[in-house]
Amino acid sequence: MGRYHGRSTTVLKPRSTHEVSQILKWCNQRRIGVVPQGGNTGLVGGSVPVNNEIILSLANLNNVRSFDPVSGILVADAGCILQSLTDYVAPHNHIMPVDLGAKGRHSHSCQIGGNVATNAGGLRLLRYGSLHGTVLGLEVVLPDGTILDQLTTLRKDNTGYDLKQLFIGAEGTLGVITAVSILTPPAPQASNNVVLALPSFDNVLPLYQTVKRQLSEILSAFEFIDRTAYDLAVKHGQGRALTEEDVEGAECFVLIETSGGRREHDEEKLNDLLESLLTAEKPLVNTGVLAQSPSQFSSLWALREGVTEAVSKEGKPYKYDISIPLSTFQSVVDGTREHLRSKGLLHDKAVKYVIGYGHVGDGNLHLNIIADSYLPEIEAALEPYIYEVVASHRGSISAEHGIGAMKTHALHYSKSPVAIELMKKIKHVLDPNGIMNPGKVLE
Amino acid sequence: MRPSAIRLLNILVPVKRAVDYAVKIRVNPQQTGIDANVKHSMNPFDEIAVEEAVRLREKLSAKVKSITALTIGPAKSADTLRTALAMGADSGVHVEIPESSSSPEPLAVAKTIRAIIERKNKDAKSEEDKVDLVILGKQAIDDDLGVTGQMLAGLLGWSQATFASKVEIDTDKKEALVVREIDGGAEEIKCRLPLVVTTDLRLNEPRYASLPNIMKAKKKPVEKLTPVDLGLDYTPQLETLRVAEPPKRVGGGKVATVDELLAKLKDAGFEAVKA
Repeated sequence: MGRYHGRSTTVLKPRSTHEVSQILKWCNQRRIGVVPQGGNTGLVGGSVPVNNEIILSLANLNNVRSFDPVSGILVADAGCILQSLTDYVAPHNHIMPVDLGAKGRHSHSCQIGGNVATNAGGLRLLRYGSLHGTVLGLEVVLPDGTILDQLTTLRKDNTGYDLKQLFIGAEGTLGVITAVSILTPPAPQASNNVVLALPSFDNVLPLYQTVKRQLSEILSAFEFIDRTAYDLAVKHGQGRALTEEDVEGAECFVLIETSGGRREHDEEKLNDLLESLLTAEKPLVNTGVLAQSPSQFSSLWALREGVTEAVSKEGKPYKYDISIPLSTFQSVVDGTREHLRSKGLLHDKAVKYVIGYGHVGDGNLHLNIIADSYLPEIEAALEPYIYEVVASHRGSISAEHGIGAMKTHALHYSKSPVAIELMKKIKHVLDPNGIMNPGKVLE
Repeated sequence: MRPSAIRLLNILVPVKRAVDYAVKIRVNPQQTGIDANVKHSMNPFDEIAVEEAVRLREKLSAKVKSITALTIGPAKSADTLRTALAMGADSGVHVEIPESSSSPEPLAVAKTIRAIIERKNKDAKSEEDKVDLVILGKQAIDDDLGVTGQMLAGLLGWSQATFASKVEIDTDKKEALVVREIDGGAEEIKCRLPLVVTTDLRLNEPRYASLPNIMKAKKKPVEKLTPVDLGLDYTPQLETLRVAEPPKRVGGGKVATVDELLAKLKDAGFEAVKA
């Protein structure tokens, strides 16, 4: 995004866990800061040095260690690129439980170690759960060079504290993840999608309830795009648009994806759902479109996934990735827009658009403020305003992007003083010299 | 002068179920064909043809009396027909062939389309019910033969406008203005109806099938026929000897110096241009 620039002079690219251990031991003795770096695709500056730390690139740790096609358990080095792991398990009819968007540059450059270190969410979370559940084991090099080998492939292991969970989402502040053992689900044999046009945001929640009940186990995504976000995606050529007639009077859109084991079964369920939606006495949807081919399937997804790209083409985005109660999605977007208007910042030369989109199924809203250029007035109007709104709903100021360098000052909006104090104690126990990714997560 | 009766248009759109273009094609181990157990959808050029028929109706409204979609293929081709109906065709004709048989060759397809047109025109109560426009894809993306439209026009003795990127119909004058994609530009031709049009990519961008239309499509009539009903024989005239994948691309190599590159180029027979 061009918002973070490092000033490091040194990048080390170890080829083995042993080499990582040697490097950390050496740095720890000399109190040299280390920034672990995967694909460097993060959005909050977690993999960028804030001073002159050494960058520890995991790119050369890129071998698959094992894959069991029966259990679906994959053990891979941290530097393996997510897309290449997806390709690796595909012939065995498995998929990675994390998907950061098929179109984006992320999946083609982000690495599994980075995904785990940041606890990346993505489009499949609704179906396969978070990495806290799918990661079965980790190999971590601690700041003093000790190798913590917890690279087990057990589904069940209730023996004491589950230490690996500490490193999932720690953003490299507690140690360096060098290998991951992860449970990959079987690849769905059939998938389908549909985009529905809704007259009002108020219908999203009842629709979600209906869809969950009727589609049950085949529901694999339930994504929300507000009208402005949709218009921007179409404007910047992300996927083929719906006809004028179909989008008329739509305040927002919902993309539903199904994945299952048998096409006929899934289609029947989906058709029943759509029929009941259209023939209801008080229909929740205006209309919608159903993909008729794999190319239309990807074109419909592009309308949702392409919002990110459209946003960067439109202007300078301020991106907030928040968890809030579903019922407040629209009011938070509208509230932010009104707040900016009241500050006189909603015009061509300041903030052009305020949009909302995201993962309804996960309660995760992407609130994007698209400005003509980055201005201190806009930032002052947005923060702490948005953080306070999130805190008032007991939400999270970072649902899936992490804290990185960007949001350390705002951590207290989502975590209590007691929790932050405990985090600091844990950090001190593992990294007493404070060499691991300094300035990230905790101030 | 008495106003002449409004000339009405009946459009026939043949559509083919083909392996979807997003699917990676694999040759079967016996090298007799491709692995057909993959996702299929309507041939993209045919999708454009259906869209054009529907747009003509939107433009000419009541002057387009009917849009009929036709497909030849196994039972599963019914899905392709339903998609055409959901996009806006009024009725369908399915010439069904067994799952195991290969898809018919272009001449057989052209003869089938002719037979369907003759059948319809024989049943027609007046001139107004006769088929006067066939819009079809310029080629199917599975066999890439690209000759059906031309053969059909030849068999029927109709005008043909191939590789169309723009179609305008004047129903009163029974004329069409078609812009064709040709090497290095576009060609504008005027032709008389009845007419066969084959579609090129730039003609339009097909719409998604909307949910209400998908529901309506389920109730639209589809007539099922067999080649025998039409007095046709699909025995192939061509014999496929072998289907093979193109040779695997060999990756490039790296050279350390310019001299090494020059030496390699010389080895490969390249020489510097003499001044």
